[in-house]
Order: sequence, then C-alpha cells, then structure tokens
Amino acid sequence: MRLLLSLSVLCLLLMLASILIGPAGAGIGESIRALWTGDDALGLVMREIRLPRAVLGAAVGASLGLSGAAMQGYLRNPLAEPGLIGVSASAALGAVIALQTGLATALALALPLSALTGAVIAVGLILLLAGPGGGSLGLILAGVAISAFAGALTSLVLNLSPNPFAAGEIVFWMMGSLADRSWLHVAIAAPIMAAGAALLWGSGRGLDALTLGEDGAASMGINLRALRLRVVLGVAAMVGAATAVAGAIGFVGLVVPHLLRGAVGGRPGRLLAASALGGAALVLAADIAVRVVMPGRDLKLGVVMALIGAPVFLQLIWRQRRGL
Amino acid sequence: MRIEISDLTVKRGGRLTLDHASLSLEPGELIGLIGPNGAGKTTLMRAMLGLIPASGLSSLAALPPAKRALIAAWLPQEREAAWPISVENLIRLGRIPHRRPDADAAHIEAALSRMGLQSLRHRAVTELSGGERARTLIARALAQDTPVLMADEPIAGLDPAYQIATMQLFRDLADEGRTVIASLHDLGLAARHCTRLVLMDQGRIVADGKPVDVLTPDNLAHTFGIEGHFAQTKEGPVFQPLRVLS
Repeated sequence: MRLLLSLSVLCLLLMLASILIGPAGAGIGESIRALWTGDDALGLVMREIRLPRAVLGAAVGASLGLSGAAMQGYLRNPLAEPGLIGVSASAALGAVIALQTGLATALALALPLSALTGAVIAVGLILLLAGPGGGSLGLILAGVAISAFAGALTSLVLNLSPNPFAAGEIVFWMMGSLADRSWLHVAIAAPIMAAGAALLWGSGRGLDALTLGEDGAASMGINLRALRLRVVLGVAAMVGAATAVAGAIGFVGLVVPHLLRGAVGGRPGRLLAASALGGAALVLAADIAVRVVMPGRDLKLGVVMALIGAPVFLQLIWRQRRGL
Repeated sequence: MRIEISDLTVKRGGRLTLDHASLSLEPGELIGLIGPNGAGKTTLMRAMLGLIPASGLSSLAALPPAKRALIAAWLPQEREAAWPISVENLIRLGRIPHRRPDADAAHIEAALSRMGLQSLRHRAVTELSGGERARTLIARALAQDTPVLMADEPIAGLDPAYQIATMQLFRDLADEGRTVIASLHDLGLAARHCTRLVLMDQGRIVADGKPVDVLTPDNLAHTFGIEGHFAQTKEGPVFQPLRVLS
C-alpha cells in the first residue's frame, strides 16, 4: 500500500515536471497560472500541448507497465513482454500503411485508427491460432508468428516505398514519440486503455493462482480459458491503443515489472497496480529527458527508452547471476 | 466426502491411458495409488478432478470448478512455484478458492506448523531446497482445507523423517474424516501407512484393497516385476522389496 502511494506521488511530481518543461521557457508560477486562467499563447501551450502530452505519457506508460506485468504473470516468465502476442507489431504495421498511403496526412485520425485496426486483426488471429484450450505455449507460438509476419510486411512497405520522405517519416514514427499529440489522441486512446485496464484488473486472482502452474491453478477453480481471453484482450487493448498514439515504445513492459517485483513480494496480482504506476513514471521521466537532454533535436522517446531500458535489464541479469 | 468414479476412461493419441477405472472412496481412508511408471496414476487423479477430458463418471469432475475447489485440493507432481514469493504467501494461495486470500490466518498458521515451516515463512520459495519446496507446496494444499486431498508423489525427494511425517500427517487427516489419495512409489511406506492400496497397471486398476491383499507375490510379479517380503509385525505391516524378477 505504501509502495502504491509513493509511486502515485512520483507520478504526480513527474506529470507536474512534464507540463513545466518545454521550448516556450516560461517560469513555473507563470506556467501554472496560465494552465488555469491564461487566455494568451502560454495558456494555449499549457492546455493544448503540454497537458495532453503529459496525460498521454502517463496513460501510455501505465498501459505498457500493466500489460507487461499481466503477460509475465500469465506466462510465468520474467522475460515476457506485451509485444509478445504480436499486437504492437501489427498496430505498427497499420500505422505504417496509413503513413505510406498518405492517409495520415489527409486525416489526422487515420494513423491511430489504422493502427488500432491492425491491433484488432492481430487479436483475432491470435485467438484463432492459439486454439481453444487454456495453455500458454500456443499463445506464445501464435504471437511469435504474427509478430514476425507483421514485421516482414512493415519491412516490405519500407522496401517498396517510392518516396524517401515517406520512408523517413515511417522510420521516425516507429521510434515512438509523444511530441505534438493533442487531446484528440487522448480521446482515442483513453477509453480503449480503460477497457483493457478493467479486463486486466480482474485477472489478479487468476495470475496469483498460476504461480502454482496451470494444473495447480485449474484445481483451485480458476478458469484458464477465461483467464487467457481476459489477458489477451486486455493486453491487446492497452498495447494497441498505446502503439496507435505513441508509436513503438519498448522495454517499459519488460523492465518495470522486473524492477518492482521484489517490492510486492513477487506476487503477480499485486504487481499489476504497481507496474501500471511504475510504467507511467518511467515514460513520463523519459519524455522529460527527451526534451531536456537535446532540446534542439527531436530526440525520440522509444530511442531514449531503449537506451535506459537495456542497461537496466543488463543490471538485472547481473544481479540475478550473483543470486541477489 | 464420498467420491464415486465409474468407467472413467482417458484416450491420448489413440492409446488408452486410463481404461474404464471404477472406484468408490470413503471418508477416513488414506488410499495409496501404486503402480509402475506410466501405469496411469496421475491420469486417474487428474481425470477424477476433471482437469483433463475423460469419458465416464466422476462425482468430483461433475461439480462446477469453483465448488470442486472447496472440496478437493490437488498437489501436482511438478513442484512449480514461478515467482520468488515467500513461503507464507505461497501457502496463502491455497485460500484462493475461499475468495478470502488475506483472511484465514489460522489455516495458514496451521499449515505452516504442520509441515514444520515456521522458521522458513519469510524465505522466498525459489531459494529453498527441493525438499523444503515440496513441503511448502504440501502446506499450500493443506491450507485449502478441503475434505478431499489428492497428491501426486508427495513424498518424492523428501528426507526419511519428512517422508514418514508426511505419511503420518496424511493418515491423521484421514482419521479426522477426510479422504486422502496419494500416488506413491515407496511400497514400504504405502504398506505401513495407507488404509487401502489401489494398484494400477497399463491404465487399468488391477487390485484394490488392504495392503496385505494388494501386495501379494502374484501382483508384485505381474505389475512391477519384483519380489518382496511382507510381514505383519507388532509394529504393524512391514514391506520390503527384495529383487527384480527376470
């Protein structure tokens, strides 16, 4: 409980920092006043640029953290991550197609909607391929196949792209970013993420039981088929929506549950809420770093996340090897 | 609680891994399920619980899973514990069917002390030795506090003291009026502690009764291909396998 409280405070502080940082370079008091009352340019910047960016950052981070905790809990594998079921690769493919065909420039909503379509198709294929049982192996195999196929199609689009600018745009989009997002993006993603969160929230008891293995959980009355459906749909909704509005941001879903596992005593059910808050904090922090480290350049969030995430992960492996 | 199964049959890949098994189990019995590897002991218990598809009748499998979990606890052979959670929290998982995993401290304490785990309660299960982990998982099943306990090779890997203590504990549970079924490979402990033995071979139940009536030279030769010595002593029944028949 104390952990959740301190993570919440951390998230609030980072959100506050996030809306106070930007190229407009206004003072703290001035910015906060402008947020409530400003009718001038600063008020507009605060309310229409910085606030949606911070809200979206928190929502995307929470989605990735929660999905990662649910996937690791369901697969009973600390190396599982939300991208494993192929939804993020398929959402990226949908977005890439929107960019390549020019739909994204014609209509602002086309990109996220196309990405969501990709995610929905991936979920349908996963459920079809993984079979009717409650086992996890079929799910992993189906996810790997769909990820590989979506990745290949994305490469194909890039390969055949006649226009180097479109190709460049696609590459930059795939690095993931929260820059220039509006309330529209929040409005598209938030309801889907909320639905996903509601699904995953109810899975805590089942994930706890799965600590004892699939047979053990089933013997305690857990319906593994329903649990798998819940986890797949919940993760897909959250990761699909996150990818649709922010691009591909890796490592959050992998690293955050790892970092917090010790603090919740390893219990997968308790890890869900902690990981959601931890993911939000991590993405907010990285999004601040993006703007502070190289203010002049458009540094991409996904790049910074990988630069933070990979060493953290290596450190975790190192710690595990020494048996700490 | 009385458990009835009749003509329970499991087919896997065109082979009968369980062949028309019928049993009736009464409260107060400690049933040792014995037989060579691949005889169908695990399949019988999983089919009884309804964890795998089977034809025929099982009074346990017929129940809705949430209700069944309040009646029968299952200790799988695989000593799985996926996360580094503490011994106490792992045992607490046994309270999940009761929908109050954080309450019921008394059941958790009782399970801890029955398996001698009080000193290990805060240790992560992933750091325990194989035997300690096995005891923790037995305690988890005890915490479920069900009238029926089914355990798949519960004493494999335990030291002699805990093997005896676990068999004695199972016998005590049976004497309290529960039904305990355990698959066993140690015929000596089976003969000594079980009220009843069920001998399986090639998916069929081939003998069922008191240890002295099941561990006969004929049965031992046909199913295990071994010869053993059975004696009624003033310490109770004693069985020792002697040699492999060629």
